[in-house]
Amino acid sequence: MSDVAIIGIGIHPFGRTEGMTGLQQGVHAAREALSDADMEWSDIQFAFGGSAAAGSADAMVNDLGLTGIPFMNVSNGCATGGSSLLSAYTTIKSGQFDIGMAVGFDKHPRGAFNADPEASGLPKWYGETGLMLTTQFFGMKIQRYMNDYGITSDTLALVAEKAFNNASLNPNAWRREPVSKDTILNAMMVSDPLTKYMFCSPAEGAVALILCKAELAHKYTSKPLFLKGAAFRSRPLGSFEVFSPSLEIERGPSPTVGASDATFEMAGMTREDIDLAQLQDTESGAEIMHMSENGFCKDGEQEKLLQDGDTKLNGKFPVNTDGGCIANGEPIGASGLRQVYENCVQLRGAAGKRQVQGNPKTAYTHVYGAPGISACTIITT
Amino acid sequence: MSNQKPIAENLFTWPSDQPKLLGSKDTETGRYFFPAKKSNTHEQVELSRKGKLWTWTVQRFMPKTPYIGTENPEDFKPYAVGYIELPGEIMVESRLEGVDPEDLEIGMEMELSIDPFVKNEEGEELMMFSFRPCKN
Repeated sequence: MSDVAIIGIGIHPFGRTEGMTGLQQGVHAAREALSDADMEWSDIQFAFGGSAAAGSADAMVNDLGLTGIPFMNVSNGCATGGSSLLSAYTTIKSGQFDIGMAVGFDKHPRGAFNADPEASGLPKWYGETGLMLTTQFFGMKIQRYMNDYGITSDTLALVAEKAFNNASLNPNAWRREPVSKDTILNAMMVSDPLTKYMFCSPAEGAVALILCKAELAHKYTSKPLFLKGAAFRSRPLGSFEVFSPSLEIERGPSPTVGASDATFEMAGMTREDIDLAQLQDTESGAEIMHMSENGFCKDGEQEKLLQDGDTKLNGKFPVNTDGGCIANGEPIGASGLRQVYENCVQLRGAAGKRQVQGNPKTAYTHVYGAPGISACTIITT
Repeated sequence: MSNQKPIAENLFTWPSDQPKLLGSKDTETGRYFFPAKKSNTHEQVELSRKGKLWTWTVQRFMPKTPYIGTENPEDFKPYAVGYIELPGEIMVESRLEGVDPEDLEIGMEMELSIDPFVKNEEGEELMMFSFRPCKN
């Protein structure tokens, strides 16, 4: 079976764009990806796309052109982008089509996400009494982790400081002003131990990727990248997930562990092969825990890795080189594809001032979301 | 007491001097569930009143809907939330009352408490569960 190549990438800057719908931002990203691959919308044979709160992706055909292609809407929470990409990958791998697009976009109101208990299969009282907030889950998961593995608040702040520093070198990022570690530590507490600057916020943005059968890639680009692995998993018994009125006493692995292992197995690679990674950083604690859940270090080693600067742009293993969710915000449908976009930019050597040095050849992405889902990818030159 | 009622059915035993949360146990696997699950293989069980704090956080801003607390944003007081490990059963998520967030510690002994949460349109007090540090 042939490999799958990524030949075109497009983005609409993340943040807040007044006067532009999420769907329009999706169209912008799609056009940029087409232009990047030097192709027309009529060359695209199929598409997968989605948003959580900004409408149906297939409505983009009104702007892009009525070519009659199958355009499938994907709705999978925080893994919407990852699921679109995986679906496009499988479609090409199966031989059904040769060239397709994966697109994700979103536009959320300000403030924390509203949650609907019944839509999540939970009792009404759970939301009514103020227990159903994603921010609480993030605070409680890292609180326990810090207790078990000796992670300090100082290290939580280093994660956020790194995010804003990286974003200051990324013209498509939302929060591009560096914020000092002390400011981060002393900012308003949102959900202990996490302060305001340690959290990402709901936002807007869009990303589109064009994929094709590897044999065709050189027709469209001199530097094709290859999607070597992509896997999605839902939660196993015993994982600690958002919106859980109760948890098993016997703790088990998170869905990330399964998705990560499956991705590496598919790619036939090991963690040591990876040059840089984008890991879901809904907040500082998530990035830290996801470093070990994805197998890049043991539990507790993050304290020294962060303090030594190993995950900075110039460190041994750069993480969230574009500023991650913390500095780009969280447009749910677009975040997973933003990570892949950033890896493509880095592997093309086109990241400008935030370019990871040493000619990186392999890059990894990981998303995580409610109600306990995770999707990962490995891309190589 | 007549104008008080639980915020939801089958959540805890009420009225009672020693109220208990109601969970269920899968008779095939022995796993505990909370809230109770209705199924042919589940039997309803009363959960332990005491347990240990497994993790916690503090809700520092006033939640949006579907929250029905009647505070105003101006007089909203942060509240603590945590998971209580009920030995041999399950960990239950709960508001933590009667304790300053500064004094919360993983592993501390906590005990179930049932208190008025809000009044509904009929003037009835809706009762909700929380956990408080054990009185020694």
